Amino acid sequence: MEKHNTEQPVIYIRDLYKSYYIGEIEVPALRGVDLEVYPGEIVAIMGPSGSGKSTLMNMVGCLDSPTAGEYRLEGQLVSELVDDELALVRNEKIGFVFQKYNLLPRATALENVELPLRYSRDPSRMRERSSNALERVGLADRMLHKPNELSGGQQQRVAIARAIVNEPAIILADEPTGNLDSKSGQEIMDLLIELNKRIGTTVVIVTHDSNIASQTQRIVHLWDGLIVDHLEEA
Amino acid sequence: MNFLPVLKEALNSIAANRMRSFLTILGIIIGVGAVIALLAIGQGAQASIAGEIESIGTNVLYVMPGNLMEDITNPQKLTLSDVSNLSNRARAPHIARVAPVIFSSTTITYGSDTLSTNVTGSTPDIQQILNLEIQEGSFFTESQQSSRASVIVIGPRAAERLTGKSSGIVGTVLRINGHPFRVIGVTKPKGGNQFSSPDFMIYMPISSMQMRVKSSAGSEEVDYIIVQAQDSQSMSLAIQETREIMRSSHRLTPRQPDDFTITNQEDFLSIANSITQVLTILLSGIGGISLLVGGIGIMNMMLVTVTERTREIGLRKALGARKSDILLQFLTESALLSLIGGVIGIAFGWGLSSLVGLIAANSGAPLAPVIGANSILLATLFSAAVGVFFGWYPAQRAANLQPVEALRYE
Ligand SMILES: Nc1ncnc2c1ncn2[C@@H]1O[C@H](COP(=O)(O)OP(=O)(O)O)[C@@H](O)[C@H]1O
Ligand SMILES: [Mg+2]
Repeated sequence: MEKHNTEQPVIYIRDLYKSYYIGEIEVPALRGVDLEVYPGEIVAIMGPSGSGKSTLMNMVGCLDSPTAGEYRLEGQLVSELVDDELALVRNEKIGFVFQKYNLLPRATALENVELPLRYSRDPSRMRERSSNALERVGLADRMLHKPNELSGGQQQRVAIARAIVNEPAIILADEPTGNLDSKSGQEIMDLLIELNKRIGTTVVIVTHDSNIASQTQRIVHLWDGLIVDHLEEA
Repeated sequence: MNFLPVLKEALNSIAANRMRSFLTILGIIIGVGAVIALLAIGQGAQASIAGEIESIGTNVLYVMPGNLMEDITNPQKLTLSDVSNLSNRARAPHIARVAPVIFSSTTITYGSDTLSTNVTGSTPDIQQILNLEIQEGSFFTESQQSSRASVIVIGPRAAERLTGKSSGIVGTVLRINGHPFRVIGVTKPKGGNQFSSPDFMIYMPISSMQMRVKSSAGSEEVDYIIVQAQDSQSMSLAIQETREIMRSSHRLTPRQPDDFTITNQEDFLSIANSITQVLTILLSGIGGISLLVGGIGIMNMMLVTVTERTREIGLRKALGARKSDILLQFLTESALLSLIGGVIGIAFGWGLSSLVGLIAANSGAPLAPVIGANSILLATLFSAAVGVFFGWYPAQRAANLQPVEALRYE
């Protein structure tokens, strides 16, 4: 890890706080998180349910703004951006993979993969780029299938193709294998590792599964809204 | 962003909920359909009325009994002596011709065929006054008038309806009120779509009418009097002369108001126009209310759609959709929904008005409904505008959803 210290981190988080409010009651979800992720890293985030993993992912993915703290994405201070600027950042720099795939049910695999390009500043060669992405995840022969004509593992691969079609700086996967059997889960994991190796995309994976986590370069442990040393946690 | 995929998505989404979409736009369909149909029928009727009024004849004025503008207790009936007073050239130099009219709607029989139509009893002068041209035979004469001959002149369409023939009708004997009448003439078709078209009219000597068709009227009384001025410049003088003669004929003192009414073609036209105006206002009201109701239906359905698709909206935002993208997507959907309703409504209205036209034609009151390009354009634009207006709030709600909240929505 020493080598990273000279590089600029993709994700740079300092003293990040996030609280939810249920009426007047404050629910602290993140209580001062520091995190750095460097280009080309593949990192797992682990922690018990309710420890703040999804909250952290939402912050990193610019889906939500922190209550306090600093977040820089590729050096850009995103904790201060407004809605439409955040939409642009999400579109160009982040690829999401969700536990529940979140594909549009009436659209074909190809149309699902095209979706980020439709909101992009550069929608050129939409078909071509989308089918390339589908080829890359091994679904060249399933382009015109609707999600309900695909297995869970295949649907998640469509979601990964959608995440990489815009060539983002990071892929954020919140429990991407959570809905899959262990074989399909491993295939998804292999795919993410391969994308990380071959294209060098930075990958952050939230998981409960220590077997999945052990295949990454680094594991970050969250405990009650704080990052802890995994030895302490164990 | 390219609009084509947005349009395609909106269509897909509408098609995916076909039944629900259809029920939602039913209000728009009915509203637009009703307005289109009524407008078409109204315009058709207006054309008919205008045609009919023009067929009344030029430089003609009508004297009717009674006066709606004044409080008249016992208006005198119009009589044949009023007619002979008006015919006095010395007293009325600007009047060319005068004709009394007795009017009745009756059933005409020919063999086993019957036809309900209007019969006009008058003097031979009515031919010139109404500009009636004869295509076969001749009009009745003074001597037939004084001998109370059982003769009639018939409109071409009435003749055809009864006898099934379009020529060789002169000499045919028809029965009116059980009395036989011999056809001595057939008028030339005047065309048009008039409600009581002259082509369906039957003319006979007023004396024969009093004796055999409308004996209740008595031998002196007439329903109204038609007066023709010398020319269009002398219309106002002719009106003045008619009024003076009628007043003296009815022995009215200077303080008594007229107990008769004089109207001319222009009066009829302005009455018809004001009726059309009232009709238009009424129609706009009906149209407005039904579009309002339809619009509320669309708003309701769009709110349901936005709720159902909360996760999808969250996903789109996660993938980089801006507020304006989401807004456009849902506005497109509601506008398209309403537009489809409008288009179906236009077709529905067209069908409805054609049906009315068909029924009217079959019942002997031809009426050609007119669907103008402007009413189609207006209906199209209006329904799209309703979709945008009532879709705004739901679309705004969709656009303002927070991505995280939307993605968490179950
Ligand atoms: N929208 C929300 N409103 C209120 N509390 C929330 C909300 N989202 C998460 N929380 C709370 O924040 C904490 C962290 O949640 P989360 O980040 O989802 O945990 P994890 O993903 O690790 O299971 C939990 O206590 C959870 O109840
Ligand atoms: Mg979670």
